[in-house]
Amino acid sequence: MLESLWSALSPFNLTLAFFGVIAGTLIGSLPGLSATMAVAVLVPFTFAMDPASGLIALGAVYTGAIYGGAYSAILVNTPGTPAAIATAMDGFPMAKRGDGDLAVTLSCIGSVIGGLVGALALLFLAPPLSTIALAFGPVEYFWLAIFGLSLIATLSKGNTLKGLIGGAIGLLLACVGSAVVGGDVRYTFGQVQLLGGIPVIPALIGLYCIPVLINLVVKPDDHLERRTAQVKGFRLLEALGLMWRSKVNVLRSSVLGTAIGILPAAGGSVAGLVAYSEAKRTSKTPEEFGKGATDGIIASETANSATVGGGFIPTLVLGIPGTPPDAIILGALLVQGIRTGPQLFTQQADIVFTFVMGLLIATILMLPVGLVMGRYAFKLIINIPKTALTPAVALLTVIGAFAIEVNTVHVLIMIILGIISWLIARIGFEASPIVLGLILGPIAEAGFVQAWLIGGAQGNIPAMFFTQPISLAIIAMTVLTLVTPFIAERRKRMKGVKT
Amino acid sequence: MKRFLTAVATTAALVTATTSFAADYPTKPVTYIIPYNPGGESDVTARFQEAYFSDVAGQDVVIQYKPGAGGATAWAQLNTLEADGYTIMNVNFPHAILQPAIKDVGYQTEDVIPAYIFHYTPDAIVVRADSPYQTLQDMIDDAKANPGSLTFGGSGTNSANHLAAVRFDQMADVTSTYIPFKGSSPAMAALLGNQIKAAMTYTTQGIKAGDQVRVLAIATDERVPSFPDVPTFKELGFDYVAGAYRGVTLPKDTPQDVRQKVSDIIGEINANPEFQQKLIENGYVLVDIPTDQMADWIEERRAEYAEGIEALKAN
Repeated sequence: MLESLWSALSPFNLTLAFFGVIAGTLIGSLPGLSATMAVAVLVPFTFAMDPASGLIALGAVYTGAIYGGAYSAILVNTPGTPAAIATAMDGFPMAKRGDGDLAVTLSCIGSVIGGLVGALALLFLAPPLSTIALAFGPVEYFWLAIFGLSLIATLSKGNTLKGLIGGAIGLLLACVGSAVVGGDVRYTFGQVQLLGGIPVIPALIGLYCIPVLINLVVKPDDHLERRTAQVKGFRLLEALGLMWRSKVNVLRSSVLGTAIGILPAAGGSVAGLVAYSEAKRTSKTPEEFGKGATDGIIASETANSATVGGGFIPTLVLGIPGTPPDAIILGALLVQGIRTGPQLFTQQADIVFTFVMGLLIATILMLPVGLVMGRYAFKLIINIPKTALTPAVALLTVIGAFAIEVNTVHVLIMIILGIISWLIARIGFEASPIVLGLILGPIAEAGFVQAWLIGGAQGNIPAMFFTQPISLAIIAMTVLTLVTPFIAERRKRMKGVKT
Repeated sequence: MKRFLTAVATTAALVTATTSFAADYPTKPVTYIIPYNPGGESDVTARFQEAYFSDVAGQDVVIQYKPGAGGATAWAQLNTLEADGYTIMNVNFPHAILQPAIKDVGYQTEDVIPAYIFHYTPDAIVVRADSPYQTLQDMIDDAKANPGSLTFGGSGTNSANHLAAVRFDQMADVTSTYIPFKGSSPAMAALLGNQIKAAMTYTTQGIKAGDQVRVLAIATDERVPSFPDVPTFKELGFDYVAGAYRGVTLPKDTPQDVRQKVSDIIGEINANPEFQQKLIENGYVLVDIPTDQMADWIEERRAEYAEGIEALKAN
């Protein structure tokens, strides 16, 4: 293993990791340019490298891109990647009140810690942990998606009912196109372009970013609050202090992120959201969440970075990609002549260990790179005049929606959903529940239909849904999540009566 | 005199060819659209080609993903793309025959005729290493004793795997339950996780899963080099050779000479021994159907799939 460390530390590999992280962060920070795309573009270059170097470059870009999503989430309320959805919930309110620099630093430290935990799990525990991926079948994914939807109750800032309606709108949007299972064509109104459904990234950009843009134009105030006394530096000590105070949150989010990363159908967005809602549920000050709670950013960023290492576990051990970028990396591995599978850890262990070492190094490099880049990003957004910021961001949203599949219809979908999002925001609906419904709807639907078919073949459909231990645990968590806000509400009222 | 005329004709042809568009094609990178998510067979084989494309064509390919509706989203858009040869697209069979035959998916098979079919992944029935099914006969016996209880996981609805499951039912006179997944990998995950009894998949997946699985039968003419001990369906008494064929297509209006050039490039990559070896190692079977044989090949496939399509429609 030490040998692998040395070969990972070769000047060439270090340079690759360094520039990989920079490039990844930059790409991830632009809404629409996702980690998947960054990795896909890089793959051909790795053919010219030896397998370990190629893998290090890919891993570095991937890690950087997942982190980069936090910038746009914090600074313009637009998750650069779906993994940063939960980051925007508290990141943007923090930036709004002038704490954007602190938020960026927190997200950087959180990402580094989460990334390290995920990579260490990959290094030491990959074969045993890969069994988690197999324990999750269709019925477990169905319940996991339902659990994810129940988080709307926790995540809604004000009105739970409006949150649930938003979630239902998201589910309806998720129905558009050819059904995941069964292939039935729904709600396409004869439009070929809608066959593939509502694309998630353009929807994400539209729902989050367009309202921000419209508000920039219609409201006279600055995009972000300017501090009267400009704080210098990275606010690193302040951030470290906050992290230390939230060590339980950091640890829990890292573990959750790693575990959810292992589940092939879940991914960074689910990990960030679950960690976020757990942080809120166990917090002493849950009412702060959504208004700029530092714990919210810490949870989301730690968890989504932990999915990077976690996602590689099923990819390398079972040959089943944990996330879309993993799938591309898996393809690159095959082209390089590497066979994934349990034997990879014994027969080609040197390549695996060099890769994991490279991933660890890239994650550590993310600390200086992320802090410096985050600082510049923050300064840029806060100093740029509104008249320049608005068209610049508008251009980026169009490019982002277009670039993902080079499709003008996606731009149209982005703009339409954006305008709807702005309109319904005025009557108290938020973007997050809609996005949650859009992302989780297909997972729930596929899981449900598959479980139903398998249950039917076994001759007992109810047993399929209600007797598996993992399912029961997830159902219990769902119920808990749904009733918590009501209990809290009641307790508050009782207290109110007493005083 | 005759020789002189031929020479003139040849020179004239050469002159026209050099001035024509196709002669120096490609002069810039070619976009190669994969209608699926990355990581599957279509992506992996395109990546294999990518590594050799620039050697053969003198230009790179740029791989782009347009997933959705089991490939239909991209295929339905093919003819809206510029027909200059700089956008090529992966197209799969039986998918491109099944989908339009069963549902209105926004395109017809004639809209996506390939310029070249370069390989196929043979159908394979795969079970877990600890499965009670030691042989295909064990599986058939169990399926006959308990109709409907045999669950086959596969990639997608009205797909190659779905058709294979339906055709297997017809051949072996059993009733199985087909469970569609969003790709081959999730289906294999469900198999390894013991959620389904068997996977109706390809040889390639059997190789990726290694010794966690046992392959019961493979739908090739002769045994596959990577699985010397696995019988073919033919050996077991079923006249069944099938799988998913992958090729490269271009928009309909692409000039014939450019289409020919693309067909030549893909054919030349296919002839590279190193490329061949990589594909064979991973469970692919190379085939060479260039553009001039395509019409006949499509008709043969249509005839072959006809009965299965009726069964899928009845589902």
